[in-house]
Amino acid sequence: MKKLINDPKNVVTEAVEGFAAAHADIVRASTDPIYLVRSDAPSNKVGIVSGGGSGHEPMHGGFVGYGMLDAAVPGAVFTSPTPDPIVAATAAVNGGRGVLHIVKNYTGDVLNFETAADLAGADGIEVRSVIVNDDVAVKDSLYTAGRRGVAGTVLVEKIAGAAAQRGDSLEEVTAVAEKVIGQVRSMGVALTPCVVPHAGEPSFTLADDEIEIGIGIHGEPGRERVKLQPADAIVDRLLGPILDDIPFASGDKVLLMVNGMGGTPQVELYIVYRHAAKVLAERGIEVARSLVGNFTTSLEMQGMSISVLKLDDALTELWDAPVQTAALRWGR
Amino acid sequence: MSLGVDWMIDWVRTSAVVIAAHRVELITLDRDIGDGDHGENMDRGFSAVIAKLDTLPADAIPADVLKLVATTLISTVGGAAGPLYGTAYLKAAGAVAGLVELDGGALAALLRAARDGIVLRGKAESGDKTMVDVWTPAVDAADAAVGRGVDVAAVLAAAADAAEQGAVATEPLVARKGRASYLGERAIGHRDPGAQSTALLLRAAADTASGTASP
Repeated sequence: MKKLINDPKNVVTEAVEGFAAAHADIVRASTDPIYLVRSDAPSNKVGIVSGGGSGHEPMHGGFVGYGMLDAAVPGAVFTSPTPDPIVAATAAVNGGRGVLHIVKNYTGDVLNFETAADLAGADGIEVRSVIVNDDVAVKDSLYTAGRRGVAGTVLVEKIAGAAAQRGDSLEEVTAVAEKVIGQVRSMGVALTPCVVPHAGEPSFTLADDEIEIGIGIHGEPGRERVKLQPADAIVDRLLGPILDDIPFASGDKVLLMVNGMGGTPQVELYIVYRHAAKVLAERGIEVARSLVGNFTTSLEMQGMSISVLKLDDALTELWDAPVQTAALRWGR
Repeated sequence: MSLGVDWMIDWVRTSAVVIAAHRVELITLDRDIGDGDHGENMDRGFSAVIAKLDTLPADAIPADVLKLVATTLISTVGGAAGPLYGTAYLKAAGAVAGLVELDGGALAALLRAARDGIVLRGKAESGDKTMVDVWTPAVDAADAAVGRGVDVAAVLAAAADAAEQGAVATEPLVARKGRASYLGERAIGHRDPGAQSTALLLRAAADTASGTASP
C-alpha cells in the first residue's frame, strides 16, 4: 500500500484542515468536534446537514456551500460520525427554520444521526431526516439492512439544497428530498478494491480479470463477480436493473450521472456515459441533464456507478438553480 | 461474594487491553463481511474510556463507571458499534443503579439490560448474525448459573463461555442486519465481528472476576 498520508489516525483531521484552507471563501472547519460549515451559516433558511464516513470525497464536504449543504459531518474513514459533531453542526446551521438531515442508509449512519436528531430536538431545534437508499444492487431488501445510499445522495443534496436556498419551509424541503429519493436509482461496479488507511490492506480481493457488479461505496460486495468485459457490456449490466426498478419508461426525462469511484480516469467515465446515454435513447428516455465525474468515491477504487433520476419541471428547476461549492459550481 | 467498583474499573481496563490486542483480528473479521473498521473503532473508543477513568469521583459506584463507558463509546466509536455498545452500557448502568456491590443476580440483570438495550436500538433478533447472537446465550447462561447458586466469578465465566460459543455459532449464519447483510450467502463461514468483540468483553469480565476471587 502506498498512500500520501502522515499518520492513519490523523487522516480525516488533516484532510479537513486542508480542505477548509483551500476553500476558505466557502467553508470553515470546526475541529473539535469535527465538521465543515458554510462560512456564512446560519442564515434565514432551512439548514441542510449531511455526513457519513470519510473516504468518499468530494462527498460530503465538497458540497457545502451556497445552494447545497450548510454543513457536512465527516466520520473516520468509512465510519459514520458520532452524534456529538452532528448535533454541533446542526446547531451551527440552525437559522430558526429547522434543519434537514440527509442520511445514507447504513446501520451506523442511521443510528448516529437518529441519536443526534433526538439530542438536537431536545435542545429545541426542529430536525427532520431523510434516508437515501438508491442502490438497486441490494436484493431482497426485506431481509437485509435495506438498500444502501450511494451516489444518488449527491442529487438529493443538490436539489434539497436548492429548495432550502429558495426559502422553502422545512416541510417542503423534506418533501422534495423524499421525492428525489423516490425517483433516483443507482448501481456500481468495482474493477479493483480500495485500501482503508488504518487497515493497510485491500478491503476485498479481485483476481486480475474479475470485476464486482453492484459494489457498495465501502467495498461491500455486490450482486455477482464476473470476468472483466468491455465497458458497454458492463454498462448494460448496471443500467438494466436500474431502469427496470421504478421502472423508467419511454417518454421520461432523466438526469444521467456517471460517478467515478476514485481510481478511474475521466476518459473511461465518458466511455461509460456514451453507451449509457445511447441505451436510454434507445428506450425512448430523454437525458435532460447529465453529470460525469468523481462525486461519491471509494478511496482509490477503480470503478464507477450509474445513477438515473426521473425529472419533472420542478426538479429540473431546482437542479439548474445556482450552486457554489468546492465540487459543484454553476450559475453564480 | 460480590463485586464492587474496583472490579468494574478492572474490567474496563482489561477490556481496553484485550480490544487493543485483538484490534487487527476484529478489523480482519469485519473486512471479510463488512467494511473493516470494527477493531479500529473499538480500540479508539476504549482508549478514550481509559483516558477518562481518572475523572471518576473517589466515591464512584459501578453504575457511574458503566455510564462513563456508555457516553464515551457513543461519542468516540461511531459506526453501528458506537450507538449499540453505548446503549448496552447505559442500560447496564440503569440495571445496577445505586448498588455498591454486585452479586450474581445483579450481574445477570446487568447483562440482560445490556442485551435488551442492543436489541432495542439495533432491532436485530437471534439468528441475524449480530452481537445479539452472543448476548442472548450469555444472558441465559448467567441466569442459569445464578439459579445454580454459584459464585459471581462462575456466573461471569458461564456468560463468557456461552458468549464464545455464540460467536462461533454466528459463522454458518446468513446476515440479516448490518453491512454483512449485503453479502447474502457469502457471509456464511465468517464470524460476525460484533459478536466476537462482545465475546472478548465478556471474557474480560470473567477473567477479572476470577482474578479477584483467587488472589
